Amino acid sequence: MAESRLAARKDAPALRVVLRYAAICAVALALFAAVLLVAGKDPLKAYADTFRSTLSSAYGLSELLVRMTPLLLTAVAVALPSRLGLINVGGEGQLYMGAWLATAGVLLFPAWPRWLLLPFAALLGFLGGALWAAIPGVLRAARLVNETIATLLLNYVAPLIISYSIFGPWRAEGSSAYPQSPAFPEAAQLPTFFDTRIHAGFLLALVALLAYWLLLEKTRWGVDMRAIGGNPEAAQRLGIPVATWVVVALAIGGGFAGLAGMGEVMGVHGRLRQSLSPGFGFTGFLISWLAGGRPLGILFMAFLLAIITSAGDTLQITQGLPYAVVNILLALILFLVLARQPLRGGAK
Amino acid sequence: MSTTLMLGVLAGAILSGTSLLYATLGETIVERSGLVNLGLEGILLIGASVGFSVTAVTGNAWLGLGAAAAAGCLANLLFGWLVVTRKANQLASGLALMFFGFGVSALVGAPHVGAVIVGLPKWRPAWLGAQSWVQATTLFNYDLLTWLAIPAALLVWWCLFRTRWGLGVRAVGESPGAAFASGRNPAALQFQALSAGGLLGGLAGAHLSLSLTLTWAEYMTAGRGFIAIALVIFSKWNPLRAVAGALLFGGAEALQLQLQARGSLISPFLLDMTPYLLTLLVLLAWGGARRLAAPASLGRTFYGSD
Amino acid sequence: MNPVVPLLEVRAITKRYGAVTANEGVDLSLRGGEVHALLGENGAGKSTLSKVIYGFTRPDSGELFLEGQPVVFPSPREARAAGIGMVFQNFMLIPALSVAENIALFLADLPPVFRLKAVGRQIREFGERFGLVVDPSATVRQLAVGDLQKVEILKLLLGRARVLIFDEPTKVLAPHEATALFQVFAALKAEGYAILFITHKLREVLACADRITVMRQGRVQGGFGPGEATVEALVSMMFGEQDLAGRPDPEAPTSPPPSSRPTLELRGASSPGTGSETALKGLDLSIRAGEIVGVAGVSGSGQKELGDLILGLRPLSAGSKWFCGVDASHWSIARMREGGVAFVPEDPLVMAAVPGMSVRENLVLGTGRRYWMDVRIDWRRLEAAMGQSFRALAFPVPRLDPPMGALSGGTLQRVVIAREMAHAPTLVVALYPTRGLDVRSTTSVRDLLRRARDGGSGILLISEDLEELAEMSDRLLVLYGGALVGDFPRGQWQVEEVGHLMTGSKETVHG
Repeated sequence: MAESRLAARKDAPALRVVLRYAAICAVALALFAAVLLVAGKDPLKAYADTFRSTLSSAYGLSELLVRMTPLLLTAVAVALPSRLGLINVGGEGQLYMGAWLATAGVLLFPAWPRWLLLPFAALLGFLGGALWAAIPGVLRAARLVNETIATLLLNYVAPLIISYSIFGPWRAEGSSAYPQSPAFPEAAQLPTFFDTRIHAGFLLALVALLAYWLLLEKTRWGVDMRAIGGNPEAAQRLGIPVATWVVVALAIGGGFAGLAGMGEVMGVHGRLRQSLSPGFGFTGFLISWLAGGRPLGILFMAFLLAIITSAGDTLQITQGLPYAVVNILLALILFLVLARQPLRGGAK
Repeated sequence: MSTTLMLGVLAGAILSGTSLLYATLGETIVERSGLVNLGLEGILLIGASVGFSVTAVTGNAWLGLGAAAAAGCLANLLFGWLVVTRKANQLASGLALMFFGFGVSALVGAPHVGAVIVGLPKWRPAWLGAQSWVQATTLFNYDLLTWLAIPAALLVWWCLFRTRWGLGVRAVGESPGAAFASGRNPAALQFQALSAGGLLGGLAGAHLSLSLTLTWAEYMTAGRGFIAIALVIFSKWNPLRAVAGALLFGGAEALQLQLQARGSLISPFLLDMTPYLLTLLVLLAWGGARRLAAPASLGRTFYGSD
Repeated sequence: MNPVVPLLEVRAITKRYGAVTANEGVDLSLRGGEVHALLGENGAGKSTLSKVIYGFTRPDSGELFLEGQPVVFPSPREARAAGIGMVFQNFMLIPALSVAENIALFLADLPPVFRLKAVGRQIREFGERFGLVVDPSATVRQLAVGDLQKVEILKLLLGRARVLIFDEPTKVLAPHEATALFQVFAALKAEGYAILFITHKLREVLACADRITVMRQGRVQGGFGPGEATVEALVSMMFGEQDLAGRPDPEAPTSPPPSSRPTLELRGASSPGTGSETALKGLDLSIRAGEIVGVAGVSGSGQKELGDLILGLRPLSAGSKWFCGVDASHWSIARMREGGVAFVPEDPLVMAAVPGMSVRENLVLGTGRRYWMDVRIDWRRLEAAMGQSFRALAFPVPRLDPPMGALSGGTLQRVVIAREMAHAPTLVVALYPTRGLDVRSTTSVRDLLRRARDGGSGILLISEDLEELAEMSDRLLVLYGGALVGDFPRGQWQVEEVGHLMTGSKETVHG
């Protein structure tokens, strides 16, 4: 679906696109304000608090970038398969499995030197997500199970594997109330910048975005993949190995989501925890979808949704509302974008 | 397996299968009309939270049940506005509805976390209660929704396959063009199917919070919506086969709970995976057959008669 | 029924589409108990007239009368309510539903709760009365084309239609099935139904019509009563001053193919069929360089499956496939294409092009590793090679930047053909290559296939158009139910016989 949106909107001037999204966000914010009012909360204060905690200080901005890191990676995890017409809603599970496998590497070889341990664990993070995504990939390629439902279901399994591990074999001493893995050694912490929490994962995310764009637009593999997205039957008839690409694209996508998980455990938490992600994978799906798979759009949308999901924290802290309430705001934006799609020639 | 374990699993299967069955029936009607609603998970959450909150406030579980059904119906009409009226992509709209359900249920349920409610009344016919093998279990001690689960499946089947309305709904799901040519209004039929489906989805959610758990917790449906969507495929879009599917999955859940309660050696987290893995397995096993049984126009957008 | 007042009458119908006049002052009357044939070439205005009668189109001027009373049909619904029914070329049936359900769907007086068995009884009753016997409980998906048409007719009869319009009903039928349809006509008219039979086939008109109206260029040219018409009179009225000799003679001999080694051979090739696909059963065939092998068959006889088998899209379950003398039974599509197999499809936007990608990108699809340059594509070399192909085919080179989907149908087919012909294919698989094309594009595609044949390519031409096959094929194969039931060298087949083979009403023949 992202493919056709992309095709339809490629020629729209960037300014108009930005204005259109700004208008949609404004309407969504107004509707959400109404919801908050009905719930007896103060929307203006909530929005002001969110602004204060994100955009008004260097610290707030740096925290936005920290939040953007997993969002960018999970968005690419969705965007890449979407160019083949595949719907990967499993970013959340893939993120968890990336974190899990990276943790396994760190806990197995804690004594390795940093120059070896970091790339090794990052590779494992990628692999964890890639293998997890390859399962629905194979099922889809064999035309057995639709990848949307398979990736969704696996989202529920991955966190259980984490829980199993940190309640069992990886449980740290003295972490009875909130079990977690032992803290990672210094050598397994991603380097951070400017005395903030921004870590090397952010650079990795930017590189992933660039790689995604190069792969699809500049290589012959990209031509094959886009052909599959544009017309799978023709692609098959013209000798493009569709089944292979389906598995590979989902696996690479899953790998990026896995890197997001790796970044969270090795760059933010420094250990494996149950509360690894407040739905980064789902938000990443929204980002890719709203951006129509375009790299710059993903960057912009990731920034925007980083602010919006920060609002979730604000609501929780200052208004006593559950974080999940912010999903209403996300859904409203999505509803508005869906409702104003062109009536014809949009997604299939 | 001992007899008590077996009876326990059976009793649990029927209890947790009830909500799955209502959800599956609802989605079956919707998919028969040619629409895929991946937002069923959101509908269940809305049903569960609205049902619980209304019950907590009014103290009347029946009011909660009615409110849940109405809320499910409304949420599905919102979906209908997107995919039928605005002709938006169905999968994306379904996921949007899922997010909406996450958020709305959290908001509605938040004030009532930890509230104590009196759920739907349960009763057991006296002559069954007199049997000694029944007394040791929760068997046949059901609320109204559970007692009506199989009749509901029969009713949905009858509506779809024996009435003019059902013929119209199925025709729209197969070929909106042909349905239109026969003088029907495909959009109207899809909205009707969505209303019925939303109603059943709302009931399904409410059964979880008003009968099964008697609590509200965020994300408490834990993917049951997606399992129900898989059950629709498993049951080949047939309401009667859905009964078997719901029992199977209810059984898996009940077995896992019984094992946990008995201090099984297997980690509870691994046991928790069974419903999802079983769903994948079922989809895998029925993967080939499924394409044939699916409504031909499922997931497609109907633009008009030309 | 009063034979004097016509059941339905149209007077002075005029309908223009922009500058094109589709109907001008057309008069026509239909009486109960007669078959009225509406004859004319493609584009003579027959379809427009039928759409006006059925309420699809509002005429610019003119009137309709039902049993002498003026009527207006704003939409087909009103026309149906007035007892007018139409059997379209494309059937309005739902494959997944049963015959009875399909018919019930269209019954205006269906009760809210209905018994399918009662509908089934009515279907049997009407079926026996008019020679339209179909099993009401059968799923439509399982029916043959002839039966589908019966269901369509039954739908109208049960819906109490009295005026039945048939739009080119024999197009999808084998010759003997058409004969059966005319018997149905006879039974219907004996009970007072009025039948409007739209066609451009002279012989059929003479076989069944009571009255004939001939249209040309939107006007009624004239009419004939029972027994008045002759072939000559009809032809001159249909084509006017046109000289028939100017049209290509389908029987003209073409250059005999040089006997040469086979480019492709199937030996006992079988392939499983799942779902709606047809299983292929022990096919033996060879396509030699420089010949066109035509494949005839009614739809769903395994034509597409045969093409896919040769292209490498379907697995063989038994037997073998040989390409240029090498065992290619397990070659992938990519390998077959690299070996020189080209594919000309029915609808390129579905089968051979990606609408959202540029023309340039579409040209590189399926060319294998020919234009690879490290991890990129050598666009310059591709453009040069494709430009040459366009010139060799005498096609104008299109702009390469617009998306493929923006091209017109003819240009699109030309881009695909230029790509497929760019590397001198040894074998061309053409799957209904002219379906849906206008007359000019059809001629150009056929010319192209002939030229490819003369250039030494082997060509497999799969088509449902018997005239096209007769005109093009050096050898004609007949597929029925996934098996080859006929194999004729050029000039040794008769249409009637091929028709019987196509429908399985005659045993295998190898000429």
